[in-house]
Amino acid sequence: MIEFRLDPASGVPTYLQLVQQVEHALRLGYLKPGDQLPKVRDVVANLAINPNTVLKAYKDLETKGLAVGRPGQGTFIQAALSQVALPELAELRKSLLGWLTTADAAGLDEDGIVALVTRALRDFYERCPGQGGRGGAASGETEVVA
Amino acid sequence: MNTNIIEASGLGKRYGSTWALRECTLAIPAGHVAALVGPNGAGKTTLLNLAVGLAEPSAGRVSVLGGQPAGSPAALDGIAFVAQDTPLYRNVSVADMLHLTRNLNRHFDQHYAQTRLSELGIPLKRKSGKLSGGQQAQLALTLALARRPRLLILDEPVAMLDPIARHDFMASVLTAVADDGVSVLLSSHVLAELERVADYLVLLSAGQVQIAGEVEDLLAGHRLLTGPTAQADRYTAGPVVYTRRGDAQTHLLVRVAADDPVPPGWEAHPVGMEELALAYLREPGAGALPGPSLSGVAR
Repeated sequence: MIEFRLDPASGVPTYLQLVQQVEHALRLGYLKPGDQLPKVRDVVANLAINPNTVLKAYKDLETKGLAVGRPGQGTFIQAALSQVALPELAELRKSLLGWLTTADAAGLDEDGIVALVTRALRDFYERCPGQGGRGGAASGETEVVA
Repeated sequence: MNTNIIEASGLGKRYGSTWALRECTLAIPAGHVAALVGPNGAGKTTLLNLAVGLAEPSAGRVSVLGGQPAGSPAALDGIAFVAQDTPLYRNVSVADMLHLTRNLNRHFDQHYAQTRLSELGIPLKRKSGKLSGGQQAQLALTLALARRPRLLILDEPVAMLDPIARHDFMASVLTAVADDGVSVLLSSHVLAELERVADYLVLLSAGQVQIAGEVEDLLAGHRLLTGPTAQADRYTAGPVVYTRRGDAQTHLLVRVAADDPVPPGWEAHPVGMEELALAYLREPGAGALPGPSLSGVAR
């Protein structure tokens, strides 16, 4: 079982923070298929948030195919996050490093690169909606740079 | 369609020659935690008192729980109200407060009240006035919830509480929402905290409803545009709620449809509830959104 926390300063909507924390826990192996997510009532009691917010987060996870609600029991993890195959990941990383070298040579500092990548990511997902889905742009941004 | 937990049309209240509330038309559907927000003197407490039946309207009508006239026996049975100053008899013990409330109400769940107080660690023998501020607020809330209301009305419930007591109090309210599906209407100044709590927003300004609606719809219906000041006056795609103008760059908080295109050269950002509320409160003239429809009668 995981514990949720909220970052009031993040600007990320509360329901999305919950979704992202589940996805993050899945990536890091804290959650596995079959694990139960905290009961709505417990999340509400711990974080003092509107029950509809928790329901919305769990519904979002269900829509993504990551969780499934079992009436009277709760919400359970159904699937692991689909990951890009390792060889492809290494290739992507290589081309990204190449791009970063170019950006560095052009005089962009780290903040400049983050701003540019963030902007490009947003434009990309806005132009082709439906491509995002898995992680959501917000959770992906930092990982690209790290 | 859902019933409206509170419905007001043309509602007004005059004290002497001053209108504390004017032409208030409002319909809040059941099942929400609704926040009533506005500056001091905007008419929040007046509206709550009218809904509870503690005050008589000078104009218009207000009904609760799907059409019960405010103050009628059916309305009183289904509503619990905790007033601004957490009213308790200071020299009366917690146990006697329970006893008193049970005898003054037709419905009172003694078992629920005692269980809740023992979970909260509030001793039954202690005098109400000797409890901490947080405990007093929790006692008042327990007395209200033990009546098993369908609508819980709270006037500035956390204004006097420290951060932990605040958090615990709101957690108690929201747990009751999760457990029993009680609808909540609460007034507050603390905008930042409402963002997590409320899913329905009513903004009152100078005695009138400025905007009202589901938070999600309100946020989806607004965005913040950032772009060159030189082009700011040419923005005509929709109503501008609030403008913050710099020499070079201007921020416009605008009302839009979700799929409206962003004007070329401008950047669009989603708005938060606090930002939205502040923008409207700073521009009391900014117009009212059409709220949900009143049941039955035409406006």
